[in-house]
Amino acid sequence: MSKNVKNGLIWAFVGVMLAVMYIPILILIIYSFTGAKAMGVWSGFSFELYADLFTNESIMNAFKNSLVLALVSSLLSTVLGTTAAVGIFYMRKWKKSAANFIANITMENAEIVTGVTFMMFFLALRLPYGWVTLIIAHTMITTPYVILSVTPKLAQLTPNLYEAGLDLGASPVRSMLTVIVPQLIPGMISGFVMAFALSLDDFIVSKFVNGSVETIPVYLYNALAKRGADPTLRALSSILFVAVLAVLIALNVISAKRRNRNIVK
Amino acid sequence: MATVAREKFDNIIEIKNVTKVFDGITAVDNVSLSVRRGEFVTLLGPSGCGKTTLLRMIAGFEMPTSGTILLEKQDVTTMPPHLRPINTVFQKYALFPHLNVFKNIAFGLKLKKIPTGEVDKKGRPIFRKFTKDEIAEKVERVLKLVNLEAYGYRDITGLSGGQQQRIAIARAIVCEPKVLLLDEPLGALDLKMRKEMQSELAAMHKNIGITFIYVTHDQEEALTMSDKVVVMTDGAVQQYGTPKKIYDEPANAFVADFIGESNILSGVMKKDFLVEFCGTQFKCLDKGFEKDEKVDLVVRPEDIAISAKSGALAGEVVSTVFKGTYYEMEIVAGDYQFTVQNTVEYVAGSKVWLTIEPDGIHIMKKLKTVNELDGEVTSENTVEICGGEFEFENTQNFERGDEVRVCVPFDKVELTDDEEDGVIGANVTQTLYKGSYYQVQVYTDDDNDFLIDTVDEWDIGDRVGIKINPKDMVVTRKQTTIDGETVTDGETVTDGEIDSIGEEGETDE
Repeated sequence: MSKNVKNGLIWAFVGVMLAVMYIPILILIIYSFTGAKAMGVWSGFSFELYADLFTNESIMNAFKNSLVLALVSSLLSTVLGTTAAVGIFYMRKWKKSAANFIANITMENAEIVTGVTFMMFFLALRLPYGWVTLIIAHTMITTPYVILSVTPKLAQLTPNLYEAGLDLGASPVRSMLTVIVPQLIPGMISGFVMAFALSLDDFIVSKFVNGSVETIPVYLYNALAKRGADPTLRALSSILFVAVLAVLIALNVISAKRRNRNIVK
Repeated sequence: MATVAREKFDNIIEIKNVTKVFDGITAVDNVSLSVRRGEFVTLLGPSGCGKTTLLRMIAGFEMPTSGTILLEKQDVTTMPPHLRPINTVFQKYALFPHLNVFKNIAFGLKLKKIPTGEVDKKGRPIFRKFTKDEIAEKVERVLKLVNLEAYGYRDITGLSGGQQQRIAIARAIVCEPKVLLLDEPLGALDLKMRKEMQSELAAMHKNIGITFIYVTHDQEEALTMSDKVVVMTDGAVQQYGTPKKIYDEPANAFVADFIGESNILSGVMKKDFLVEFCGTQFKCLDKGFEKDEKVDLVVRPEDIAISAKSGALAGEVVSTVFKGTYYEMEIVAGDYQFTVQNTVEYVAGSKVWLTIEPDGIHIMKKLKTVNELDGEVTSENTVEICGGEFEFENTQNFERGDEVRVCVPFDKVELTDDEEDGVIGANVTQTLYKGSYYQVQVYTDDDNDFLIDTVDEWDIGDRVGIKINPKDMVVTRKQTTIDGETVTDGETVTDGEIDSIGEEGETDE
């Protein structure tokens, strides 16, 4: 097989894959700019659905809930994940691998299992489903991602940095906060953003523990189940997709820039 | 306080019987050491000898497993590092990358509390922090001291290795510590920079009068910079003394080999002031050995005279290398291959005579003359030592469970390339060329060491197997003293101006 043919085939394969993945989303976005009730009918360009969306009280409420939940849980998981990452990093041998393994379980576990587990856990604790359970569950499922993004920063630390802080008279806590944490901030930020996006996006776990609190994904599902495909959902899905995409692109651009700067140095 | 007493006995640091065990491996083994105020003391030894661990215990980053550390007579063994008036210059500098030069140096000053001289109602002294101006002034002064006056507002990451090094030193000495610890601070610099920094450090030590404890594996660095050198290996102090003393009168073969080029040979003391090696008797300056005692002896390459006509030993030049101001020749005489330095070149192949003056021969007690290990008889003809079952000839009718002492001569231990071929596995930790054979030291997995005389060359770090012929195992019943401790052979103690010395001894318990 000639090289050209081989390359052509590779590109064709990638093209088909991307098309299958993105064309439905693209169609959805295009049809979010028309007011027609049924999907696939073009009744002229309009922002009607977006206008409906922003005037729909329950959607706006769900939107607010999602934002608050994402913000609170990702702040918590950033703190938790960073401390965990530091702790795990300074562990030795088998303890380290054991801690890493346990920390990654929620990430590797099927989400449906995690969801059911949380449901039963809160039930056993007699904790009513709602804000508290949502925040706990979201913090737990996003913490491993913070650990993952902070750990490489720890590995890059100049040796003895923490000890240098102690050596110069800083107490252990102070040395951690004034010497180590500043080095970890880039990792903490990307961990936070990742946690935020994951929380915003999460449906399965939320569905099990949300009680009466509706997040956007839960609202979407409930609306579909109750009333069928409400046309405003097209606008909502489009916004969600674009928002998450924007966050991911921003994250990539930032880390690419940082890499370049380090190379120049 | 009487100043006379101060001068004579003023030990700023005293380390007493300090041992540190990590995961069953003894890094520092019963070290005792004292450092006088204002001295420049270097801990010297190969990597893994425990010198950095010892330093880290002085700094407070590691707690000794046993023993005490005194700072100005006060027990600081368990005091956390941030409360000790000791500062450290780290190997890779450990500068804070998010702070500029000024803020790095000011870090310690901002945390420091100084007595105001006043006392509160309860009579306790009142402390205050340095003011901004005081900090700025101190930072400027120390930057001047390290020749980086205009660098205060530079980023750390933009500085060269040498500059970072100076900042690290400045950051440590600006806190005016009682003791400055330096952990191989010049290791990351290139040769030229290193030479420059060596003399700068020595000058700085003279100027500021702080006690320096310096860790290095570079013997030249140790000899040129320090007032005292502590030679360490396997977690124990081998010798503590002035650089000159350590060079001229090494305490044992290890020190002799580690410090400078040397010919290390085995010999026999015939009587006081007379030693025999290479089949020839030589006059020497050492006495006090037993008749026919086996000894190690060191002859520095520059102390061997060569002549084409006459001398004590006949030899043949094997190779010659020009070293700038002298020639270094390898000369075979008797069984030994000598390294000889001379300003006159004798080409390879020439027959020469070697002469060694009495003051060129330094006699050392042999550290150990035989491998001695504790074991337990496990069957009619096997004994367990170092976690492996060795066969032996049970002539004394030992029974299973008997505790015994096993002696194996150095040249009767066999090393095997493949660990599986030996009864137990071990790591090669040291090899010493002794003219006609190598003396290899290996460590077994349960932290016992064997010395092996062999004609094969082994590399440090090699994984080997150990085999012993049953008829070479000398097994005796273990003797115990009144308090139940095993009798071990005596440790070497060097005389002269030594403050104290670490003991050589296995930790059996």
